[in-house]
Amino acid sequence: MIFKRKDLLGLDGVSREEIQEILDNAMTMRQIVRSSNKKTAHLQGKSIVTLFYENSTRTRMSFELASKYMSAAAANISASASSVAKGETLIDTGVTLDQMGTDVIILRHPMSGAPALLAKHVRSSIINAGDGMNEHPTQALLDMLTMQDHIGSLDGIKVAICGDVMHSRVARSNIYGLTTMGAKVVLCAPPTLIPVHIEKLGCTVAPTIEDACEGADVVMGLRIQRERQQKGLFPSVAEYCDNWEITPERVALAKKDALVMHPGPMNRGVEIASSAADSPQSVINQQVESGVAVRMALLYMLTRREA
Amino acid sequence: MMVGSMLIRGGRVIDPKNGVDMVADVLVENGKIAKIEENISAEGMQVIEAAGRVVAPGFIDMHCHLRDPGQEYKEDLISGTKAAARGGFTGVCCMPNTHPVNDNAAVTRYILEKAQWQGSGVHVYPVGAISKGLEGKEMAEIGRMKQAGIIAISDDGRPVANSNLLRLAMQYADYFNVFVMSHSEDKNLVGDGVMNEGFISTKLGLPGITRAAEEVMIARDILVAEAEGKRIHLCHVSTKGGVQLVREAKKRGVRVTAETTPHYIGATDEWVIGYDSNCRVNPPLREESDRQACIAGLVDGTLDCIATDHAPHHQDEKKVEFHIAASGISGFETAFCVSYTELVRAGHMTLPQLIEKMSTKPAQLLGVPGGELTVGAAADIVILDPEKEITVDAEKFVSRGHNTPFHGRTYYGAVLATIVGGRVIDQQY
Repeated sequence: MIFKRKDLLGLDGVSREEIQEILDNAMTMRQIVRSSNKKTAHLQGKSIVTLFYENSTRTRMSFELASKYMSAAAANISASASSVAKGETLIDTGVTLDQMGTDVIILRHPMSGAPALLAKHVRSSIINAGDGMNEHPTQALLDMLTMQDHIGSLDGIKVAICGDVMHSRVARSNIYGLTTMGAKVVLCAPPTLIPVHIEKLGCTVAPTIEDACEGADVVMGLRIQRERQQKGLFPSVAEYCDNWEITPERVALAKKDALVMHPGPMNRGVEIASSAADSPQSVINQQVESGVAVRMALLYMLTRREA
Repeated sequence: MMVGSMLIRGGRVIDPKNGVDMVADVLVENGKIAKIEENISAEGMQVIEAAGRVVAPGFIDMHCHLRDPGQEYKEDLISGTKAAARGGFTGVCCMPNTHPVNDNAAVTRYILEKAQWQGSGVHVYPVGAISKGLEGKEMAEIGRMKQAGIIAISDDGRPVANSNLLRLAMQYADYFNVFVMSHSEDKNLVGDGVMNEGFISTKLGLPGITRAAEEVMIARDILVAEAEGKRIHLCHVSTKGGVQLVREAKKRGVRVTAETTPHYIGATDEWVIGYDSNCRVNPPLREESDRQACIAGLVDGTLDCIATDHAPHHQDEKKVEFHIAASGISGFETAFCVSYTELVRAGHMTLPQLIEKMSTKPAQLLGVPGGELTVGAAADIVILDPEKEITVDAEKFVSRGHNTPFHGRTYYGAVLATIVGGRVIDQQY
């Protein structure tokens, strides 16, 4: 096994070979997800906890089902975001879980760097399920698995990512993962939602969404939270849509069978038009299936490390 | 306390104020410097051997936080003044953001009395608040605080957002011969930022703070001081643009002075990689070009002095997520070694020039004793071993605050002894 890490904190620094190994394992795991008897012994005797300081439906469900399909003891902890500042410290919570015998802690947290902090202080493996604006590596892995299914090799493909790049951990993980796999990543967003010097991560920023979509193999939307408008980052949803919404017309500028993707949850009619999200080119629902497979693969690889 | 005679023998005596840089003996009598000559007889007196060492005026820190009253779990006047002594400081200015705030004479007197009776001996010069409760609304009782012993006013930790309040405070304080120290920061531009805005903040996914947040207010502070013809001192300048604004203002005669800190000349935002909350400080660690500009500013005199902005915190306030970690660095005990290594060993300035930045100039700006080795002046002295290699160990800090990004790093420049009024208050021989 090439992947020998204790934790998966992000895709920054993860090698092409490691990513490919995860994707290969995920392809195997997907057969289990698709079978009528979704029960294997891969994680028998293992204890997996999801520790979520932010709301989540699909990521958390996906991890929970992945654990259960592989016979792990799975438990969930929902902590409110406000308890981050007021309640027990993250390190104390992590150490407590350690003592209960957990093998893997899956952490979602509103603050960048929280999984790195936790990983330094606990014995359990940590999977980052999204930290602040930093990374969401399993999302990027499932995105890459989905792309690989339809396109084949990711080497040389063009992926356009449009939406709230600034606040997106999905964007950062995809930039790291996709560029490592040889893909070209082109970003597009209002200038107020593009973080400074993002191009130094190896991607480019397109002047318009039309430029971004031009000849792309994948057009990916990112969620635009309505509170960004209230914070003054753009004047109105209508003006956002005029300039940056993913529409069938804009998707038509991409390659003929280009994929339309979105990590969800979608704001229909904001960053993506329903007519694009529900088009035959959309693989948004397959991304969800890929998510369970990728997470099964990772849980298996992280727990097998010790053996 | 009766103080006997003391001879500091054979050291390299550096006193920038008097242009002294020679090997000599320093005779201290009755708490004052009595003689600086070669081969003074040591008969019947306490001798400190200083051969191969440097004897200089004690450092004076224009900017620190001693946390007393109210946050003694972070630091108090006892531990804080001991830490200052360990760092070679013979005088420190403590900022008013205590609990309660030092915005009235009673708190000022408390600080001075506790420092006098329980402190290490380091002179403590309290800085009073500009506004009551640091709220930026009504002016604090500057006259009464001055009478009680403040040396300057500042709302440090917070900017004075209301430009008119700043203007009125400058006018009013000047009557009492008190000057304003400004924490220059535009809170709207800071937003929810927790580190310098740049490639590193983008990479780490941490909300960034634009340099403009500091520079806009430096420009404002300068313009208000210029319009009023009053004096202003700018705290913790950290950006290239900020240095340039001060440089231009000085050129046209504005009565502006400014400090930077050892961490802005010794660390950059790249240190935040890994999310070490000990790198969280306000203003944030900037980029290499800013670091170089701060060094250049010190060299050409744009920046008058080095202050520590010593900001001790309890480890519980740092062993948390970067976003909710307290801002600040415990700086007394690394100020000299970091400054010496980054400025003198790196070839930007000489040791006498560094001593000018840490001793002579702050004493002048504050108008306090010290900062010189003139015969007849108070014997406030530091003895240094500049070429001694030191690996910073925060666990060994005298300060209660062990929060430092310099932990585990190696520098040059040891403080061997600190002498105040002829009394050795800290010794690391």
